[in-house]
Amino acid sequence: MLETLIEALTFRAGYNAALVAVGTTLLGIAAGSTGTFIFLRRRALISDAVAHATLPGVGLAFIALVALGGDGRNLPALVAGSAVSAWVGLLVVQWITRQTRLAEDAAIGAVLSVFFGLGIVLLTVIQNMSSGRQAGLEDFLLGAPAGMLLQDAIFVAVAGLVVLALVIALRRPMTLVAFDPAFATSVGISVHRTDLVMMALAMAITVVGLKLVGLILIVALLIIPPAAARFWSDKARNVVWIAGVVGGVSGFLGAGLSASAPAIPTGPIIVLVCFCLFAMSMAFAPRRGVIAALARQRQFRQRVRRRQGLLALAREEEILDPATLALLRREGLIRTDGVATDAGRAQAARARRDERRWEVARATHQDEAAVDRHDLLRPIEEVLTRDEIAEIDARLGPPEEAAT
Amino acid sequence: MSGAEFIQISLAPLVIGVLSAIACALPGNFLILRRQALIGDAISHVVLPGIVVGFLVSGAVSTWPMMIGAAGAAIVAVVLIETVRRVGRIESGAAMGVVFTSMFAFGVLLLEQSDTSGVHLDVEHALYGNLESLIWLDGTGWAALLDPAALAGLPAELPRIAFVAAAIALLTLVFWRPLKLSTFDEGYARTVGLPTSLIGFTLVVVAAIAAVAAFDAVGSIIVIAMFICPPAAARLMTDRLERQVLWSVVFAALSAVSGYVLAGYGPLWLGGEHAISAAGMIAVTAGVIMALACLFGPHRKASGQRS
Repeated sequence: MLETLIEALTFRAGYNAALVAVGTTLLGIAAGSTGTFIFLRRRALISDAVAHATLPGVGLAFIALVALGGDGRNLPALVAGSAVSAWVGLLVVQWITRQTRLAEDAAIGAVLSVFFGLGIVLLTVIQNMSSGRQAGLEDFLLGAPAGMLLQDAIFVAVAGLVVLALVIALRRPMTLVAFDPAFATSVGISVHRTDLVMMALAMAITVVGLKLVGLILIVALLIIPPAAARFWSDKARNVVWIAGVVGGVSGFLGAGLSASAPAIPTGPIIVLVCFCLFAMSMAFAPRRGVIAALARQRQFRQRVRRRQGLLALAREEEILDPATLALLRREGLIRTDGVATDAGRAQAARARRDERRWEVARATHQDEAAVDRHDLLRPIEEVLTRDEIAEIDARLGPPEEAAT
Repeated sequence: MSGAEFIQISLAPLVIGVLSAIACALPGNFLILRRQALIGDAISHVVLPGIVVGFLVSGAVSTWPMMIGAAGAAIVAVVLIETVRRVGRIESGAAMGVVFTSMFAFGVLLLEQSDTSGVHLDVEHALYGNLESLIWLDGTGWAALLDPAALAGLPAELPRIAFVAAAIALLTLVFWRPLKLSTFDEGYARTVGLPTSLIGFTLVVVAAIAAVAAFDAVGSIIVIAMFICPPAAARLMTDRLERQVLWSVVFAALSAVSGYVLAGYGPLWLGGEHAISAAGMIAVTAGVIMALACLFGPHRKASGQRS
């Protein structure tokens, strides 16, 4: 299995597998970077409606091709048909949200289910046509790249590159609209038109990906990479290229895995690889990741415990919380029997002094932001200037700890 | 078509279609008002991995393990979506998109990997169901409706969906006031002591049960359509929740009946020979009804929305 995987990943698993790998990698890169803008605009699921709305177009294009005397399996023609119906679906979503009081999610769900239902009706019509028995249009549901021809691969590659180029060219207005539509309007960008451009790019990805990944799962490639990339950066520019990398890696690894063993469908395995990358990002990303957040939380709790413990020592109160006792003991501030060490006494006195300084600061600087920022944990030297502290100390009188 | 033929071939699918539509439309009303319409979409996607796991665990295409698997998958999905949304601080639409596509992909992979050849379990079936095949062979005439022996031969889906639809209707009636209150004014509902988050979670679970029961008979495409289209159309007809729910039930039943009839007989009227997908047609008629409501519904605008 591993050998065949390596073979597939180095494009030696056969001509067709190599075609598929190139196609899915390019598709993943283009989908990830395009999806970023829709994700940041918080409209990720519109792409689900658009994807499902491609099906009636595929069916109608097939019927039209057969009526004109063709065999109906012309990929560019089917893709063109799917693009038309996806565009109609998108316009219907926009129309319902603008013209009625229904919310966008209801419009998305309605378009998704009704267009898909119509597509299924057309598929059964095609199955009943004499020339449609072997149409294989069901392949568009989940994708079936195994039968991909060179011209199909070139089509996917060119379309993916065109979309990517457009994303790069239009990234500024799209970023502005995604983050701050009001500001975008004020500098003369049409939010409505930019939204349509974003969705048109997503639609292009969808129709190009139909043959490879299928219309039910293509939406995953638009949503999951940006969601994963968002964990790694707060800058839109970085999220775009990280999402592209996540999408590309998913496409490449997924195609490799699919070629390396039997009965691994390409579309689903790409989505699952993508989900693994998402899960890893959610767990391990610095700052926004779960583990980083847990570590921060733990650190915060320890600071609270240390402060409460030191104040209790200073007031000579008994400490009952076992976690606080363990912490103070670990840091050598108290002995095992709970009595403060010299270091502990010194730190406790400092904590006590800072606490009293804060009391004075709060009384004298009531309206100052610096005092409001006091979260009881930061050393006072980080918040107030040396002069301010000296003034406070003058009011407090000589520090007590000097006596001991 | 004679009466006997109608009863044998069409009665059971019609009744099952109508009951499934109503079972989904009832919770759909509240989901739409709470802006959770797409939960139905998510649930119906994750049903696939659920039934596949149910099948693999039980080793047979028997209904109960698969239903339990589907319901379990729906609950796992809801919990996962909440986790991704809160822990990952990701907007709920994207969180849903991440979870349900991944679970669906997992279901397809599992299906391909397991030996289900010779077993009627495939993705297409999950999507469109098999409404047309739910015939009642013992229903040889109107008299069969009173004949216990013949009634025992009804498709097993019928009593199941009837039970679920009745249970959902009963729950909606019993919990009407808390549901209504927490849907329209969650803050107020909380101040008068209603467990609003429990109500919200229960609503999603009930929706999942409706989805699973209906899915078993009619496939996931009708499930999504019925969660959204009839309640959305009903919302444009009236400002009162009571009337909205009644409208949605009427629209759901109307879509199911007219969709089924059009799928079965429409092609014949147009000179075709074969019936077309009833599940797809029911979704389409639901869409037509909703489109009409969007164009002509008396309450289609929000107050202040320009025309």
